[in-house]
Amino acid sequence: MDRINFLKEKANLLRQDVIRMLAVATSGHPGGSLSSADILACLYFNELRHNPEDPEWEDRDRFILSKGHACPLLYSALARSGYFPPEELQTLRKINSRLQGHPDCKKTPGVEICTGSLGQGISVAVGMALAGKIDKKRYRVYVLLGDGEIEEGEVWEAAMSASHYKLDNLCAILDNNSLQIDGPIKEVMNPEPIIEKWRAFGWNTVEVNGHDIPQILHTFKKAKEVKGKPTIIIAHTIKGKGVSFMENVVEFHGKAPTKQEAQIALTQLKEESKKWKN
Amino acid sequence: MEELVATRDAFGEILLKLGEENKNLVVLTADLAESTRVKKFAEKFPERFFNMGIAEQNMMGVAAGLARCGKTVIATTFAIFASGRAWEQVRYSISHSYLNVKIVATHGGISVGEDGSSHQGTEDISLMRTIPGMKVIVPADGVETKKAIQAAIKVKGPVYIRLGRAKTPVIFKEDYPFQIGRGYIIRKGKDVSIFTCGIMLSQALKAEEKLKEEGISAEVINISTLKPLDEKIIIESAHSTGAVVTAEEHQIIGGLGSAVAETLGENYPVPLERIGIKDKFGESGKPEELFEKYQLTANDIYKAAKKAIGRKDEKK
Repeated sequence: MDRINFLKEKANLLRQDVIRMLAVATSGHPGGSLSSADILACLYFNELRHNPEDPEWEDRDRFILSKGHACPLLYSALARSGYFPPEELQTLRKINSRLQGHPDCKKTPGVEICTGSLGQGISVAVGMALAGKIDKKRYRVYVLLGDGEIEEGEVWEAAMSASHYKLDNLCAILDNNSLQIDGPIKEVMNPEPIIEKWRAFGWNTVEVNGHDIPQILHTFKKAKEVKGKPTIIIAHTIKGKGVSFMENVVEFHGKAPTKQEAQIALTQLKEESKKWKN
Repeated sequence: MEELVATRDAFGEILLKLGEENKNLVVLTADLAESTRVKKFAEKFPERFFNMGIAEQNMMGVAAGLARCGKTVIATTFAIFASGRAWEQVRYSISHSYLNVKIVATHGGISVGEDGSSHQGTEDISLMRTIPGMKVIVPADGVETKKAIQAAIKVKGPVYIRLGRAKTPVIFKEDYPFQIGRGYIIRKGKDVSIFTCGIMLSQALKAEEKLKEEGISAEVINISTLKPLDEKIIIESAHSTGAVVTAEEHQIIGGLGSAVAETLGENYPVPLERIGIKDKFGESGKPEELFEKYQLTANDIYKAAKKAIGRKDEKK
């Protein structure tokens, strides 16, 4: 299997995990997990220099899920990378589980910092990138934001500080799926023009189709060549991507599929994966 | 004449020394390098100092990120902004992950003075004390400040240290044996216990002298660590005197008075009088004028002590 098909397969597997986990948990956030699946597959199975055997390896690239509610996807990526057994995914949101409703670095190997309170993850990412500069380390810091999340003021404080300190070792990805809990972002609190805003804050900006794996890979590669400023990849995505009845449906921001819906979703995802297997 | 030192000045001084000793130390401020006294550190160690601008929430998150990469971080701003504006970042990014961030908050209390209520941190102890795992220290003078900062750097996890703007009396000698989590008996006494934190210790010592003139023996105890609280010393002192006064430059809700009340309520209830700001906002004025108006003086502590002693009989 070539690299692209390998990553498509991984993204598909992550999506299946998300559906299975949420159906067992009977709560959680499918929409924004599915929209980010291709991005996370590219990160965890291609881009990040990390070592699941040694999660605290000091030279590792860091990934921060600032949109912490998409953690079912993160947990799947971590489990499938080898941080913990995939069977543990079934414990999501259960009492005494290491897999909390939002990411907790004290509990889950591979989770870099507690996130879930929106806007906070990007500040932490700035701190990690700054530490990399102080210590002259080569590691890169990646942070995934939601497009609703950028309504938080802290995001812009962080954005200002990242360009002020010329953090070219920082790469943010914006999961621009255009929906938030209360509806379309443009109706709830319009953050547009998004690209111009980041550019005005001193960032290198790139737009990609967030489901186009070759494009995503190419963008990560190009971002590394940018010197003196942080990069943000505005990834245009579809909320609920890969499951027909969840795509662009706002209700599936924070509603788990029923068992029956999960069955249909898994059938669709398995069908999809045949495309590149044949 | 008594020597006067602002606790923030003592902090600035010790920070220079710690910067030499500890190459892992990184200092952040939110456009208050001069006011919080970190400017000298900034000049001496520019590679380990970052001004985050007027953006306290981001500063706390950046502090968390630096600490997660192994740095010991000192984040400084005024008490109201550190504990109020950035409370949730302190709670979640820093404390939930139990990171080595030491929040040094100057301009605690009403003694901020002329700037008025917007800049007077009068709820910070309460706000910080409620965060799981957070240690809260309110040093009484410059000597204790230096020792508290040194101790905070050595201990694991988040610490909140509250300092003042105004010059206040130096009480301790260099051999004062500060430890996080320990209260210290400054005057032995048998009729009433006076527990203080921060600069209220100097007021309590004046009250103690006045009480002594009337033949009343007051025990004065410095509770500079509000969390973890030295419950043992509080219970033992209440047991031996049977009447308690608390004195703090903070709202009477949620601070030292509340902490002592919680401990005694559960273990050994005795008459208790709380000196503090009584559920009001501050205002502009000279620190000493504000202390008068908000009833935080030695005389107020003296009166509260007599009242608490008088209530011992009620209990019988």
